[in-house]
Amino acid sequence: MTKEIRFVQGNEACVEGALYAGCSFFAGYPITPSTEIAELLAARLPQHGGTFIQMEDEIAAMSAIIGASLTGNKVLTATSGPGFSLKQEAIGYACMAEVPCVVANVQRGGPSTGNPTHVAQGDINQARWGTHGDHSIIALTASNHQDIFKMTVDAFNLAETYRTPVILLFDEAVGHLRAKLEIPTEGELDVVDRLRTSLPEGVNYHPYLPREDGRLPMSDFGDSHRYNVTGLFHDMWGFPTADPTSINDLLHHLVDKIENNVADITRYKEHFMDDAQYVLVSYGSSARSAIHLATERRARGERLGVLELQSIWPFPKELIREKCDGARAVLVCEMNMGQVVEHVRAAVRKPNRVFLANRVDGKLITPLDIKKFLRMIQGRGA
Amino acid sequence: MAVQEYIRERFFPQMWCEGCGHGTILNSLLRAIEDLGIAKSDIVMTSGIGCSARISGYVDFHSLHTMHGRALACATGVKMAKPALNVIVPMGDGDALAIGGNHFIHACRRNIDITAIVMNNRIYGMTGGQYSPLSGVGTMATTAPYSSIDNAFDVAELAKAAGATFVARTTTYHVAEAVTYLKKAIQHKGFSVVEIMTQCPTYYGRKNKKGDAVEMLKWFKESTAKLGSKELENNPSLIARGIFADEDKPEYCSEYNKIIERASRR
Repeated sequence: MTKEIRFVQGNEACVEGALYAGCSFFAGYPITPSTEIAELLAARLPQHGGTFIQMEDEIAAMSAIIGASLTGNKVLTATSGPGFSLKQEAIGYACMAEVPCVVANVQRGGPSTGNPTHVAQGDINQARWGTHGDHSIIALTASNHQDIFKMTVDAFNLAETYRTPVILLFDEAVGHLRAKLEIPTEGELDVVDRLRTSLPEGVNYHPYLPREDGRLPMSDFGDSHRYNVTGLFHDMWGFPTADPTSINDLLHHLVDKIENNVADITRYKEHFMDDAQYVLVSYGSSARSAIHLATERRARGERLGVLELQSIWPFPKELIREKCDGARAVLVCEMNMGQVVEHVRAAVRKPNRVFLANRVDGKLITPLDIKKFLRMIQGRGA
Repeated sequence: MAVQEYIRERFFPQMWCEGCGHGTILNSLLRAIEDLGIAKSDIVMTSGIGCSARISGYVDFHSLHTMHGRALACATGVKMAKPALNVIVPMGDGDALAIGGNHFIHACRRNIDITAIVMNNRIYGMTGGQYSPLSGVGTMATTAPYSSIDNAFDVAELAKAAGATFVARTTTYHVAEAVTYLKKAIQHKGFSVVEIMTQCPTYYGRKNKKGDAVEMLKWFKESTAKLGSKELENNPSLIARGIFADEDKPEYCSEYNKIIERASRR
């Protein structure tokens, strides 16, 4: 079977990935540079009987996908910086009520209105801690269209597996770049379906009682099991509780279900890592420049490797420690003031050998930018 | 089915204060649903935050207790995803019209088939008696210790102007009327708003020297009159009760179905 090959924007790769994963409901609000995701789904979803709705604001869009998820749909919303800020309230609700949903954040410069049409990666920590209170979160990212597609499918899979919001941290550069995309054939990538309860009508169903494997089978609104969903701390039926043991147990469950499965959630790629003396840790469109530089330097015999992160949260601490262990120095390439570098420092044995190569002026960090930082830490430059 | 079968009895007695009108609204709503004979699994009750919002925990429907002001936005997701469900959204005055004001007008504008109930006690009860967008000038509240200078919304006029196709107002004194309006609202195909004036003797009553629950109910009786009545004509300072709008206009989910048909032909 010949594959469908398309020439698309990164945002369109996200749309194709979402449809492949079975997304049937999108609610959104226009915002640069993510708007194409909404525009394309407005055309595509109704062709398959799915639902698109443009809501009155970002908060409403996030709220609407929560409602739609509870009726049994795989749901997506897309946004960028200021919209991502507005969605935080409802992202916290989805964490607490364990509602599977996917939020694509095509990052632009911030804070505030910032730099709408230019690239940045400044929302890494907001994805982790944007909503209030203790919780955990899953955030994935990608540097090219094929990976945007795959990570979008994975985001839906992880949202269903762990009953949690999953954040896709793309960025303006990769979102708007046009490039080749090979649409995987059906069955080529795993698609995780929602786990629904097998309990028949009349049998007491506990929506918030984890099975032995930690998963919580769902029941769609409209089906025979009627239960409560709330943002308050709740018991196994979903009813509000102020019982200290229940509160303690639920909060631990919300954090543990993700933090205890870092290995399952972690996604990454290695480029020239085998004997690398210097390791570039990067992600998203920054990783494109890191890979470009490593390719070029390898051709000249320099032992430079790239560890490309495709999952940022939960932070792949063990992976970083293992992969960076033999390196003379680690250079974290990102387009922010150092949001991932801090976590890399906390993960490795020699934090004083971890450096930041960054750019925060709205321009894509270039291989030359990274090379300059590299030469400095090698004592050969600036 | 007996009204009792629509409630989750293990959560009773409910958490509302003595004399609160919210229980009366719950009762009216359940009687309306009983009369209409809607199956429990065909109803999703979505609420926000506040005293009013706790109503969703007491009913044996699919219940979605969401965030402050966001009930209608969440309900829109539920309804669009499964239009066959009856979606009922009880909200307080602050929940619906302050923090949720944007969602309220846009739900009206879309004319999506959701039943919104504004349980208007003119005060934020759960947080202890602050003025709301329905309190009105002169109201005393913990955040208006010298009396409020904020004008109030007229919910009925606002809903109508924003595009709601069924709009009614009544009070907790007029229980039979409330049941009738709620039935009509649930049956109505389109966005319906029923404002029910309800007493908060604990905060609004106490702060504004309105007396106890009984006094406040009497006040609802005396300060309101039916739309089109001589009484209202002779005394325009009375608050109008009745049906302000009952129109047949294209409903949002039905219109979206046409989009699906159009898109799938391509």
